[in-house]
Amino acid sequence: MATQASRIAGRLMLSPAVLLLFLWMIVPLGMTIYFSFLRFNLLMPGTEEFTGFENYSYFFTDPAFWPALVNTLTLVLGVLVITVVGGIALAVLLDQPMWGQGIVRILVIAPFFVMPSVSALVWKNMLMNPVNGLFAALARALGLQPIDFFASAPLASITAIVAWQWLPFATLILFTAMQSLDREQMEAAEMDGAGPIWRFVHLTVPHLMRAMTVVVLIQTIFLLSVFAEILVTTNGGPGTASTTLTFLVYMQSMLQFDVGLGSAGGIVAVILANIVAIFLMRMIGKNLEA
Amino acid sequence: MAREASKGHKAAVTVLAWGVALLIFFPILWTFLTSFKTEGEAINSHPSFLFFEWTLENYETVNQRSDYLAHFWNSVVISVGSTVLGLIIAVPAAWSMAFVPGKRTKDILMWMLSTKMLPAVGVLVPIYLLARDAGLLDTKTGLVIVLTMVNLPIIVWMLYTYFKEIPGEILEAARMDGATLSSEILYVLTPMAVPGIASTLLLNVILAWNESFWTLNLTAASAAPLTAFIASYSSPEGLFYAKLSAASTMAIAPIMILGWFSQKQLVRGLTFGAVK
Repeated sequence: MATQASRIAGRLMLSPAVLLLFLWMIVPLGMTIYFSFLRFNLLMPGTEEFTGFENYSYFFTDPAFWPALVNTLTLVLGVLVITVVGGIALAVLLDQPMWGQGIVRILVIAPFFVMPSVSALVWKNMLMNPVNGLFAALARALGLQPIDFFASAPLASITAIVAWQWLPFATLILFTAMQSLDREQMEAAEMDGAGPIWRFVHLTVPHLMRAMTVVVLIQTIFLLSVFAEILVTTNGGPGTASTTLTFLVYMQSMLQFDVGLGSAGGIVAVILANIVAIFLMRMIGKNLEA
Repeated sequence: MAREASKGHKAAVTVLAWGVALLIFFPILWTFLTSFKTEGEAINSHPSFLFFEWTLENYETVNQRSDYLAHFWNSVVISVGSTVLGLIIAVPAAWSMAFVPGKRTKDILMWMLSTKMLPAVGVLVPIYLLARDAGLLDTKTGLVIVLTMVNLPIIVWMLYTYFKEIPGEILEAARMDGATLSSEILYVLTPMAVPGIASTLLLNVILAWNESFWTLNLTAASAAPLTAFIASYSSPEGLFYAKLSAASTMAIAPIMILGWFSQKQLVRGLTFGAVK
């Protein structure tokens, strides 16, 4: 049905986007791969030389590497569990008849629009500060000892902040998916004497499965790159207690100017993200056919 | 009949839902309230919720002392600039994929999506060095370019899912009536595409406004948008809670208001159309 002319016009219209994205992807990635095989420090210009896999072996034997990998996975998994479980609970709650549902929804999704540096600073100083923070005031009011969150549990504190930012996203998507739940089937099950828990496990959860998968995969992509929250609160510390892969690469390349080592770390992060991406792409690709 | 929820049930749900919602919203509300307190009141060990002396002095101080407006303007230029530039590149691409799909359209779409999966830290060093060598470090131009490329896949995808919903028969009818390609675009497609383009614009301004990896790593002072400006409060100014709150409120208020209008687009845009 498309004429020859419109097909050519279509190609022309498509090519700038494709070309730009191709360059955006291939040039920096190619440079990162190239740098990762060089001894290359910005503080010592002119001393670049090819070193094979030396940077990779340095990166993997860096005492911060394993903690960073474990921290990354802990942060991602922690946030995923909190947001998916909390998101389902909230989606079910929001789906009930109530007064003022529109306002409740607006309040619940609000944290998603707060920029990471603001939420990190507000949580760090105004809520979690062991002296002047609101949690400390609450603890004292209850006769408890205030907790120094970022000193005693830095990674858990960051996980809490990030989960607060992403809970709205999970809720919104699961709630949207809830809307297409087959109400008649629900009612029929209710008529047949199925209790609310049976209905939740056998009807609601399977229906939300797909949305849950999307939430998990998309959040993982973003969570692997969490940066501002760590920079503003703990700077990766104390020690390596809250250093993630992203933050480790940032420190190596932007603070220690070790471009070679940072690039090797970047490639490791790319490979890690790709493993996740393959699953996500398959999900979305399937949807494209439907 | 079973659906007729009792008044009591509805009341209980309402109380519970409002309780949870207020708890989630609380940090934002608290920031908002603190921005109207004096510094002394803000760190009072018996914090007061509403009954304190309201003052606007923090807003004045933040505006005078730290060029809040300059950073606000940087945020506006960077987020709107990168979105508009992205739309200029993406609208033709999404149009052609939606209306003149070829054999490889699906592959191209999936490939575009895959570029979004590339973690930023994997290309941090080259982008930093390229920006430095091009003299684009700490400039608005540099950030506009970077954020355009970062969000381009999302823009293309969102537009594509919207354009897909415009019925193709309308185009055929227009062609039958002898419409040329340009008049087809101008009079038939554009009016139907405007809502989708507007939604895409809105969501991407929000994403670009809050983007915090590139804005923090590629700016120092002169081009720093609000994300970097607020991050500079981390210490020791962060201990001035009232001023921190005023600066934070001003940084998030505009985008939160935009965000509330774009709830539906948010789901669609961020799930690449997988959940509608």
